[in-house]
Amino acid sequence: MDFNLSEERSLLGASIDRFLQNADSAEKIIKGGDQNLANNAGFWQEAAELGLIEALLPAKAGGLGGEGLDFMLVFELLGKHLVNAPFLSTAILGAMPLWLEDTQKYSALLADVGAGKSRLALAISEAESRYDIHYADTTATLIEGGHYQLSGHKAVVLGASDASHLVVSAKMEGGGADIGLFLVDGSAKGLKLRSYQTIDAQLAADIWLDNVSASCITEKGGAILSQTAAAGALCLSAEAVGLMDVMKDATIEYVKTRKQFGRSIGSFQVIQHRLVDLLMEIEQTRSATMLAAAHLFSPPDIRDKHISAAKNLAGRTGKLVAEETIQLHGGIAMCWETDIAHYAKRLTMIDHYLGDSDYHLKQMMRLSA
Amino acid sequence: MDLNYSESERAFRDEVRDWLAQNLPAALRDKVKNHKRLSKEDHHLWHEKLRSRGWLCWHWPVEHGGTGWTPVQKHIFEEEMIAAGAPRIIPFGPNMLGPVLIEFGSETHKKTYLPRILNCEDWWCQGYSEPGSGSDLASLKTKAERRGDVYIVNGQKTWTTLGHHADKMFCLVRTDPNADKPQKGISFLLIDMNSPGIEVRPIYTLDGEHEVNEVWLTDVEVPVENLVGVENEGWTYAKYLLTFERTGIAGVGYSKQLLSHLKSLAHRQKEGGQPLAQDPLFAARLAEVEIDLMAMDMFNLRTVSAAGAGKAPSAESSLLKIKGTQIRQRISELLRQAVGPYACPYISEQFDEGYNEPPIGPEDAMPLARQYFNLRKLSIYGGSNEIQKNIVAKTVLGL
Repeated sequence: MDFNLSEERSLLGASIDRFLQNADSAEKIIKGGDQNLANNAGFWQEAAELGLIEALLPAKAGGLGGEGLDFMLVFELLGKHLVNAPFLSTAILGAMPLWLEDTQKYSALLADVGAGKSRLALAISEAESRYDIHYADTTATLIEGGHYQLSGHKAVVLGASDASHLVVSAKMEGGGADIGLFLVDGSAKGLKLRSYQTIDAQLAADIWLDNVSASCITEKGGAILSQTAAAGALCLSAEAVGLMDVMKDATIEYVKTRKQFGRSIGSFQVIQHRLVDLLMEIEQTRSATMLAAAHLFSPPDIRDKHISAAKNLAGRTGKLVAEETIQLHGGIAMCWETDIAHYAKRLTMIDHYLGDSDYHLKQMMRLSA
Repeated sequence: MDLNYSESERAFRDEVRDWLAQNLPAALRDKVKNHKRLSKEDHHLWHEKLRSRGWLCWHWPVEHGGTGWTPVQKHIFEEEMIAAGAPRIIPFGPNMLGPVLIEFGSETHKKTYLPRILNCEDWWCQGYSEPGSGSDLASLKTKAERRGDVYIVNGQKTWTTLGHHADKMFCLVRTDPNADKPQKGISFLLIDMNSPGIEVRPIYTLDGEHEVNEVWLTDVEVPVENLVGVENEGWTYAKYLLTFERTGIAGVGYSKQLLSHLKSLAHRQKEGGQPLAQDPLFAARLAEVEIDLMAMDMFNLRTVSAAGAGKAPSAESSLLKIKGTQIRQRISELLRQAVGPYACPYISEQFDEGYNEPPIGPEDAMPLARQYFNLRKLSIYGGSNEIQKNIVAKTVLGL
């Protein structure tokens, strides 16, 4: 076994880390009000030039990475620096269905994505689907020769408002149990978006489709969706690990300096033990995330077992770390001015994307029975 | 033993419920239920209604204009207020300062301030915490120096809830910096917020809201007759007040309201087209917290009843604070969890009066994440849960 990243990945990680450190600080942007790094064209372009987006795409899609370990590396760093730019929605959720299905057909679009010129989003969630990625009330009606019309409502679609194209799931009219995947132009007629910020400072939208013209990516998209959602869950787990490392370290620093009853509160055993618990659970989550990264492209049952283990732990540990780091900071962590508050909001809400800890617990129950 | 409400207690509940049904303005009730921001005027309106019924200072004994209710009646009143969707009574005057003045205030204090609290003339705030004195409240540094007929007060208070609305502040100050213990040398002063040298600065919380403040005091002159009780004995009064703060913090009524909201959501929310309430895992989570709350309800009644009418509750109230806040936080977490992805959208304007855009997702979804984050304060304020455990270990267990 070898637990180290390759030299190539280590170098890439170091340069991304430096770039994000020096970039327009994400905390500052979030704290400054309702802004998002997604709106910062300079940041996105620089990130693309550095290869940050291409690191998330495989060579066959014009990228430089696209493996589980690349995802883990990049998203841990995005978490560390609390970056709220649309890497997940564009480079993972939007791009993956395209390159899994047909790299040739979508090569131009994927090249634009890698170069930071185009953005994508994946519209699967619906009002009654919750975390079931294979459920859709949105319908696809065949018009002619691979062209369809879509009608329905998609909920909380990350990165939708500035996406040039949407990848949309829909049930095939008269089709079987499988679910279709479609490519929709972001400016298509009949497409209505209501954009908003999320409480964890992401950009998202609800989308209404009224006989929107779409080209079919695949009529049997279930397997591709599972693979894509698995990658997304891995990325979120890695991001959680990056967030939690920062929050734990900031809390250790705080309890060393905060004095009550004439001594640093970190000198109390009850505080020490709680921080030890955080460290232990974070290392558990990091380990599960590494396993998930290694199994991202394993056969579905093996893949999903490892992905669900990681996302479940990220959810459980994320709750623990968010609540405990706030509690150990006390009132100061409840302030907008304090970084930890924004880290805690993101960490907590990660549990609301691509399956919460209970959803993945149920997957695990099914897969390990 | 009879664990049922008596006939007269049930009649009292009906009386409170009927009064609320007739007197709580629908517009105000809707604002509370929809988590809208309440203005100072909203609070005043509601205090005024309660005043007219004689229920604003429901903690006080009858001779001072209070209700003289039994602990069980108080419990019923709180439950019905919350269930009806009434705004909370801003506690600083009616629930906190009032009992302290009744117990320790001079005749002049009682004559001057109690009627003004009863009649909603003064809005009080609490000057306890300081940046360096949170859990270790007794280490507070704001100092008051006696010069003739006045104290000169200098220092900084923090977490002052609704201090930006307040006319007056009850404030802990250090009058003897050389006392042998930090608890000695603290005094309890009543300060006019319009005094020169007072500056109130907002603190914005993690949800972007403004409820708490910093209060800076620079050479503020306070007449010596505004001292409550004896100089340097203020810690006794401060602790007396905190025991009153603590029982309300158990928040059983709030937890019941949250639980009923959670059940309603669980029936409306669907996953893969199936109701969430039928998901065995979610149903188990819900059932577990309901068990905790059923027990908590009885634990709360046992403890407050043991204290007797009009008396300060015992150290066991610390247990109520810990368990009560844990349960309330847990239900707020399940509420956030229940709406799945729809916990994420957040439009701050939605919480303003007059925002009429359609909701995103279920109409009651958007406040839930904010509520969850906001309620993290429960285990921090009013003496953090860690401090409550210290109190129990020392006072109840004798360790």
